[in-house]
Amino acid sequence: MALSIRPNAQSRRGVLTWYRSGGLSAVLFALPLVLIFLYFSWGPIVRGLVLSFQKNNLVTTPEWVGWSNFSYVLTDPQLPQATLNTLYFAALALVFGFPVPLFLAVFISELRSTGWLYNVLSYLPAVVPPVAAILLWKFFYDPSATGVFNTMLGWFGIDPLSWLNSPSLAMPAIVLEATWAGAGATAIIYLAALTGVRTELYEAAELDGAGIWSRVWHVTLPQIRGIILIMMLLQLIGTFQVFTEPFLFTGGGPNNATTTILLLIYRYAFVNGDFGAATALSVLLAGVLCVLSVVYHFLTRRWSTT
Amino acid sequence: MTSLPITEQVAASPDEAAPAKRSRRRTAEAQERGIISTADRKRPLIRYGMPTVQVLLFVGVLVAGVGPLLWLLKSGLSTSQDILQGPMQLWPSGIQWANLPNAWTKVQIGSYLGNTAIIAIGSLLSTLFVCTTGAFVLSVLRPRWGPIVTGAVLATLFLPGVISLVPLYLTILKMPVLGVNLQNTFWAVWLPQAAGAFNILVMKRYFDAIPRELIEAARIDGASNLRLFTALILPLSKPILGVVALLTVIGSWKDYLWPLLVLPDPRLQPISVALPRVQQTTEISLQMSALFLAVLVPVVLFLVFQKQFLRGVGMSGGIKE
Repeated sequence: MALSIRPNAQSRRGVLTWYRSGGLSAVLFALPLVLIFLYFSWGPIVRGLVLSFQKNNLVTTPEWVGWSNFSYVLTDPQLPQATLNTLYFAALALVFGFPVPLFLAVFISELRSTGWLYNVLSYLPAVVPPVAAILLWKFFYDPSATGVFNTMLGWFGIDPLSWLNSPSLAMPAIVLEATWAGAGATAIIYLAALTGVRTELYEAAELDGAGIWSRVWHVTLPQIRGIILIMMLLQLIGTFQVFTEPFLFTGGGPNNATTTILLLIYRYAFVNGDFGAATALSVLLAGVLCVLSVVYHFLTRRWSTT
Repeated sequence: MTSLPITEQVAASPDEAAPAKRSRRRTAEAQERGIISTADRKRPLIRYGMPTVQVLLFVGVLVAGVGPLLWLLKSGLSTSQDILQGPMQLWPSGIQWANLPNAWTKVQIGSYLGNTAIIAIGSLLSTLFVCTTGAFVLSVLRPRWGPIVTGAVLATLFLPGVISLVPLYLTILKMPVLGVNLQNTFWAVWLPQAAGAFNILVMKRYFDAIPRELIEAARIDGASNLRLFTALILPLSKPILGVVALLTVIGSWKDYLWPLLVLPDPRLQPISVALPRVQQTTEISLQMSALFLAVLVPVVLFLVFQKQFLRGVGMSGGIKE
């Protein structure tokens, strides 16, 4: 009997000291975070994994279907095309969108008095709401001879291009707009990193006879390597999940030349009402991106130590 | 300077403060050197090449940054015929001032802009509330179960957003346990925005850097947790509150897919969702003036608060690292 009372009293005292030391208010303070994350972050992630093994169209009760969502998604004839398109978009975005802000940032950081002006001007496109920018560019890409870009090409004696209506030009046209919209913000981030570059190393490099380009290559860039690698990964993850641009520019056309994986997910879920297939593809894409991040992390870590 | 909230810094005297700061920066940098040294600047290639590159680049960013905006201004004040037949003509055949009020009333740009503002402000409040209280627990109060929550928050940072798109939509349609449908309410946009791991971790890291002595001193003075939070931690973290607020507003201003999904009611839609829908039924001149009005607000805000914008965005990169 004495044995049973003692732990009881101890735990009551435990509760009291817990309460007096602010344990309850800690719980109350944590409540918004935990509730919001349960509902809108942790919950949906778990639910996504569950949903991908279910047949769910919101009308009939969900039923377990095993791997059939995955096999349906993986054998969809549109998937290879969408995967290639997404990879193409990511590659083009890397080729166009990666060097431009880096060059801009390194150059702006060299300007003493007028740098802020370049800063403001190059950040302006990033301020324009993406949807407004896309609608504007869609008009610029008018395929007729009086379209804005075609008029400009006409000044140089180049024949009008069909831009978004051409299967081979549509994706580069979309990437061009995305680069225009994104370069400024990325350049600002690089610029902030460049303020941390140790300038005395330039002195040393110059004494060793390094020219301007080799100073940029061997002194500047290695010092902001960390942020460059992170931005590259974030850009890759972002471009693999591109939706707004192809959706509003072309809706995936012409002839599915700009259908990306996220567009497929959107069609599964919100056009066909097949939520199981949509989440199965989402889970697959998320898995690929996670693997990509891990591989990237290890590759770049090895590269930076050697 | 940093102890002032961002809005006060600007409201104080934008005209006086800016040039003073700029000239101070210039003198500070005069002693420093960049990639190009003074010896380099004497070489003819650099002496004439640098200004050339500078001018070319300036024209480049001017055309890319200001060009589309000026074009939009011109087209917003032109007739549809002018826009379609001579989009690159320097001057329209006549300035149609009526386009702007027409876009405001017929296309109802005003109410869509209002919705955008409501969504942005609501997201801002919910994000700040959740991430300050959460970070306060995890960083200052440090309960025994704290590391578990931190780990669970951190884990979501590494999962791409696509995984929860569809289940999040289903959650909004019918909230688990509560059974409420949030579709066509602003809560559907406000609340999920607050579940951002990035903001919480940024805030926690900032709180971690606050000296523990300050917190201990406040405790000895008998401050309760609530008082510690409102009277010590929040005032000390104004700079980071400004950055998180700015990034949240930019993010919610730019969002398209999510409000498209959860706000099908046209009366609630923000401008980004409304524009593509409206575009199909209005003539081109009104479309352009509607676009112009939609672009004008963020551009003016940016030009007024440019220093805060650029600092905030630059800081976000440092945090990512």
